[in-house]
Amino acid sequence: MSRLNEDNVRIALETIARYPKARSAMIPLLHLAQQQDGYVTNEAMAHIGELVGATSAEVFGTATFYEMFKFKPVGKYLINICATMSCALMGAEQLMHHAERRLGIKAGATTPDGLFTLEHAECQAACTEAPTLQANYRYRFHVTPATFDALIDDLANGRLDAEIPPHGTVARIRQRIPADRVVGPRSPDDVTTAPEWMAVAPTASGGGQ
Amino acid sequence: MTTTETNTDPEALEPVVDPNAVSIVINGRQVTARKGDLIIKAAEDNGEYIPRFCYHERMSPVGMCRMCLVEVDTGRGPQLMPSCMFAVSPDMKVMTNSPIAKAAQEGVIELLLANHPLDCPVCDKGGECPLQDQSVSHGPGESRYIEEKRHFEKPIPISELVFLDRERCILCDRCTRFADEVAGDALIHFTHRGNLTQINTFPGEPFASYFSGNTVQICPVGALTAKSYRFKARPWDLEQAESTCTTCSVGCRITVQSSRDELVRYQGVDSDPVNWGWLCDRGRFNFESVGSGDRLTVPLVLTSSGHEPTSWNSALGSAARLIKDAITAGGANSIAVLGGARGTNEDAFAWARLAHDVIGTPNVSAQLADGLPIGLLALNRATIDEAASAATVILIAPDLKEELPVLYLRLRDAAEKHRSRIIEFTPKASGISRYAWRTVFYEPGTQAGAVATALGQADIAEQIAKGTVVIVAGRANLAESSAPTVAALLALTEALPQATVLPALRRGNVVGATQVGLRPGRGGLASLGILDAAASGKIECLILLGADPLGDVPDADLARRALAGARRIISIDTFLTGSSALADVVLPAAAYAEKSGTTTNLEGRVTRVAQKVTVAGTARPDWMIATELAQRLGAGLGFRSDSDITAAITEHVGGFEGVTAAVLDANPNGVIALAPNIDAINEPMVTLGDRNAYDYRLIVSRKLYDKAIVTTKSPSLAPLAGTSAVYVNPLDVTRIGSAVGAEVKVSSARATVILPLATDPSVQRGTAWVPFNQPGANIGELIDAAASVTDVRIESL
Amino acid sequence: MTVTTYSHTPGFYTGDRPQIVTSRFQYEDSYTLDRYLATDGYKGLRAALALSPTEVHDEVTKATVLGRGGAGFPAGVKWGLTPQAVWPRYLVVNGDESEPGTYKDRLLMERDPHQLIEGCLIACYAAGLSQCFLYIRGEMALAQERVAIALNEAYAAGYIGTCILGSKFSVDIVLHWGAGAYVVGEETALIESLEGNRGLPRLKPPFFPAAIGLYGKPTIVNNVETLANLAWLLRHGADEYTKIGTATSPGTRMVAVSGHVKRPGVFEIVNGTTTFRDLIYNEEFCGGIRDDHELKAFVPGGGSAPWFTPDQLDLPFEGRLVGAAGSMLGSGAIMVMDHTTDIPAAALTLARFYANESCGKCTPCREGGTWLMRILQRVVAGFGTHRDLDQLFEVGQTICPGAFPHAASERLGLEAVPFPYKMTTICFVGPSAYVPVHSALTLFRDEFEAKIVKRTFIPVTAIPVTGSAVTALPATADSVEAVGVGQ
Repeated sequence: MSRLNEDNVRIALETIARYPKARSAMIPLLHLAQQQDGYVTNEAMAHIGELVGATSAEVFGTATFYEMFKFKPVGKYLINICATMSCALMGAEQLMHHAERRLGIKAGATTPDGLFTLEHAECQAACTEAPTLQANYRYRFHVTPATFDALIDDLANGRLDAEIPPHGTVARIRQRIPADRVVGPRSPDDVTTAPEWMAVAPTASGGGQ
Repeated sequence: MTTTETNTDPEALEPVVDPNAVSIVINGRQVTARKGDLIIKAAEDNGEYIPRFCYHERMSPVGMCRMCLVEVDTGRGPQLMPSCMFAVSPDMKVMTNSPIAKAAQEGVIELLLANHPLDCPVCDKGGECPLQDQSVSHGPGESRYIEEKRHFEKPIPISELVFLDRERCILCDRCTRFADEVAGDALIHFTHRGNLTQINTFPGEPFASYFSGNTVQICPVGALTAKSYRFKARPWDLEQAESTCTTCSVGCRITVQSSRDELVRYQGVDSDPVNWGWLCDRGRFNFESVGSGDRLTVPLVLTSSGHEPTSWNSALGSAARLIKDAITAGGANSIAVLGGARGTNEDAFAWARLAHDVIGTPNVSAQLADGLPIGLLALNRATIDEAASAATVILIAPDLKEELPVLYLRLRDAAEKHRSRIIEFTPKASGISRYAWRTVFYEPGTQAGAVATALGQADIAEQIAKGTVVIVAGRANLAESSAPTVAALLALTEALPQATVLPALRRGNVVGATQVGLRPGRGGLASLGILDAAASGKIECLILLGADPLGDVPDADLARRALAGARRIISIDTFLTGSSALADVVLPAAAYAEKSGTTTNLEGRVTRVAQKVTVAGTARPDWMIATELAQRLGAGLGFRSDSDITAAITEHVGGFEGVTAAVLDANPNGVIALAPNIDAINEPMVTLGDRNAYDYRLIVSRKLYDKAIVTTKSPSLAPLAGTSAVYVNPLDVTRIGSAVGAEVKVSSARATVILPLATDPSVQRGTAWVPFNQPGANIGELIDAAASVTDVRIESL
Repeated sequence: MTVTTYSHTPGFYTGDRPQIVTSRFQYEDSYTLDRYLATDGYKGLRAALALSPTEVHDEVTKATVLGRGGAGFPAGVKWGLTPQAVWPRYLVVNGDESEPGTYKDRLLMERDPHQLIEGCLIACYAAGLSQCFLYIRGEMALAQERVAIALNEAYAAGYIGTCILGSKFSVDIVLHWGAGAYVVGEETALIESLEGNRGLPRLKPPFFPAAIGLYGKPTIVNNVETLANLAWLLRHGADEYTKIGTATSPGTRMVAVSGHVKRPGVFEIVNGTTTFRDLIYNEEFCGGIRDDHELKAFVPGGGSAPWFTPDQLDLPFEGRLVGAAGSMLGSGAIMVMDHTTDIPAAALTLARFYANESCGKCTPCREGGTWLMRILQRVVAGFGTHRDLDQLFEVGQTICPGAFPHAASERLGLEAVPFPYKMTTICFVGPSAYVPVHSALTLFRDEFEAKIVKRTFIPVTAIPVTGSAVTALPATADSVEAVGVGQ
């Protein structure tokens, strides 16, 4: 249970600085908190509230709306098996049955060794590759019981460490905006005129009013 | 349009067209609405009620519950629209009960009831429940839902005062909108999603808002219930009377509700010029003290073995004798009357007559050495509405959120909606600092200088020039005398002669009591003078009219010495307080809601207060006690009822000429009465001495919840008082050499108290803040009422 | 026919059709700046900067680039809807692709992020948008990484930021990502989410983003595929663009065909001319139904679209015609069901999706969507009654009063009811929950009837929590205390 550490506070402040209003950084900061601890702790939510100028209740309200955020520890690997139509048509249910048997847990639970959490997921936007799953949001397509078992073995043995980071980390690459290139946000209340390049032609007229 | 003699065309006589009128058709009937009105309101104003849950007139519309769907035709065919989200437009056709609209409304009711537990028989809201009522009036009459309902843990406390039953909640966003939009305390929020959406607090962080009770009142179902009312009564058993809250001087309109002659609840009434329906929790829940078992119910007289109950006849006889003896011993001037701010105008008038005319003493004050000179009331006065619509509001006042909470809401609203800009002068951040355009921090005692400097700044001068200016004036610091505040106020009014002033004196009827006569007569002493005189043995008889100097006077030593120095004390009170425990005669007074009459708020607005329950025991209203005492002193006041006195006030008090019973009945929101004959405020003397080794200048101010008797005798509120501590700037902590939380010695030239050390970044370096009258050490021991400021030393133990 | 597949974009096939947005998909390194620059990258931006913003805007308007997100509103017209003289204006890129059956934006972000960035820049330049927020769905880790790399490269190379390519044009593109909520794909919910709030849709009107959007300012919300078209358009001009496709639907569009076909895939097709039969049966596309089974039904435009049956196979993939036939093209996703499909169970997967993804803001969707799902769960599990089937329609009517769109059916003698519907909800998620139920029950009522077993009572506890194929209950949000909804 912890607040954001020093490195992450630096990233948080950098992220906040990109938005015209600090509160816009709330979801990226929640991801950051989840990356740090594997799930979003109460302390981190309170800390994020301080950073973006919201009450803890507001942070909690936003965080619980989004299903990627977890509020208690989950396994090192979160296995999301898609259950929406295209995958269902191609045997997602049978895959889930197999997964439950293989891992010895029901959907929604975590294996006793803390390695795997199994969940039903809704459409993962890979419908032509059904049935699909995501392990920590990395795709696996046309999953069969055999490839599922192989995936679990590989994950358990660390053979996929290069591709699949532990739960909490989604994108491993962050946007960097170089200081000499950045335009920088301005408070929406401070801007009242058209941007400079529009000055010659004040309002685009195509189809406009 | 005007007619001239030559114009005989009857067409020309048509009435003037109101530019704000919009003609629309509702259910086939042509009606006139106001421009900008939402359809739902325009319909209601024209006698067509559209059912609703999320819509609330005092909050921004969200269109979530979908109950108010109607068909609207703006020329493109009928569309199903939420009537709370759209303003009327000319010739709009609205169908509130067409088959499609009815089907939509019935559908929404059925869907809302799908997961709503039908536990109406055991629900507090049953009988006054909008969901229940509208299910009958606009619902399908039966439910086809046979699935299992949603389950949540049954009521969870979300604060000390409020319980939440998420199963009953219909997710209308009223409470959460109120918390965020009106109170500015977004401590409850929607959490989770979809069918699992619920209202909740952050884990471990309760809905500790001073305004939480309002959410109970506006909840359209029984999801939010007040701890103090749960299972106490059924709505159909309630009796009610409209009244005005006198907890503080804002004067919120309320209905006082009772069941079986016991107060069970206050509800806010939407009074447009004052409280907009909102109440603070202290005002809402302190009704509990009225029914407290600790109330004084019989008169007490001091005997050698302590207080003994006695009859009214003997107690009044004793009191009259004490007064007569005092006159004999020291003349009428040796008698003083302190208090009266908690009673009605009628109480105050009767006591003023008794004091000034019958006894003949000029030593009368409704304040307790913690306000401002009453000359404040002689300044050009502003109303709350004027303050909340002024271009600039200047605050030289206590923390309004703590002392006048609903005034805080009104000013916060003005700032949030960009009507007003607030310039705040304060020794430390207040509740309203977040919303202030400028917050000027000053060191206690130097506010006049801070005002002068600020007024000289170009941006502030530019802002002030933008329009009307209202100054809200009150005493921000009890460790100061009133002089520095008065100096700053006079600096402001001299620099801004057009500005008007809203007095921020806090006790319920302090303005009314002062205006009708509970103020010093010619050559008379004000509260501080009375206390000083008593302390030096010059007061033969001190009459405490609902006043508790030991609890309320900032200078604790002075209060103690005054009560010890007064030869005799007569106390008229509802409880045996620290001060009345020292009285020779204690007369039990009728409490709020046990007597009727009128009250005056800080604007000078006179409204009615109502009696709803029978008095506790044999207690009597203050005015009746005054009348009886006058009789025993040989001069009948001639009052037989409070309405006699209301009439007498109209007749005798300047400024009250129009405030007749008939006018008050016709204007439940009250009428403004300003007494014209109050002496102007005197130029004060501010003396700031050397600090020497006392390196922190002290700020002492009130919190909403403290050891006030009415709070401590209300079981719901009593636990809310915090604990005393000394707050310094975090940067000063190392200098003190103690850890935060550790006990430290706080000493002034006069005394030392031990308090835990705490930090608050808004406390300026070199100052220290201690909340007043909290459980724990009494900071009043350090305060010298005669000094302009109080400097202290803070040392580790 | 050339067929290229990649491990990270399996199933992508391309034929000899025009390629506006997928031209680089054939390269393994298509997402790099080097490859992009080697294949005409950022030439569209240079072409745009050579014109005035007004001229660029006119070009886009002339080309009638229809929005690819679902509503099909022309981008040029959308840009022109911002109120006069109100600044600043923002661009929000909707990369929160989650509509069941749909995936094209993910590929466009993973495989050609620079093309999207170039489109963003052109849009900002033309419409005077002073900051761009690129909102990518939270679960798309690879897309987020690829776009982040591309943004970093483009910033370093001077394509984004201050004084782009030496001009006066300066704009930041900020990568933002979501955290799992389908409803955030709705543009006003997207804006709420970008403001750090719960993704609750706002009522339109009055909250049309072009007028009152991000931070209350005019905001253009464009879909990824829409913006991906702009680089090509500016390189070749509106005249070339409108030569492809039909007059009302020019250009190409991406279509994903999934379900029971031989070769499911994502295709860039010529707008307006390709028919559903082409897509499902042509060798160039999916090559027919798996195992040569019979086609039973298909969803023509993502999970929110009313279903078609073989009766509609010869309709071209064109918005207006499909609308008149009782459905919509939506986000360009076809889901195919063969004759072995358990229709009630299939409908349940979609009904459950929408019930699960309801934001909970308005009553009909929050309560009605779940009610539909619960009834359907009982019916599919064999515990339904005949009354339940009528009840499904009745609950649907509270979400969508009046006639509901459906396709014509020769077999049932049904006339088509055209799209769209009336609704009591704020956004389309509520009606979407009713879509599959209504379509399935209207077109295949016999299959529902067959599941009804005469029972005198409903053993609630006997309903399986997870069970036979396509009846599983959803993974609910992480609610500890909530019980009774599928736990």
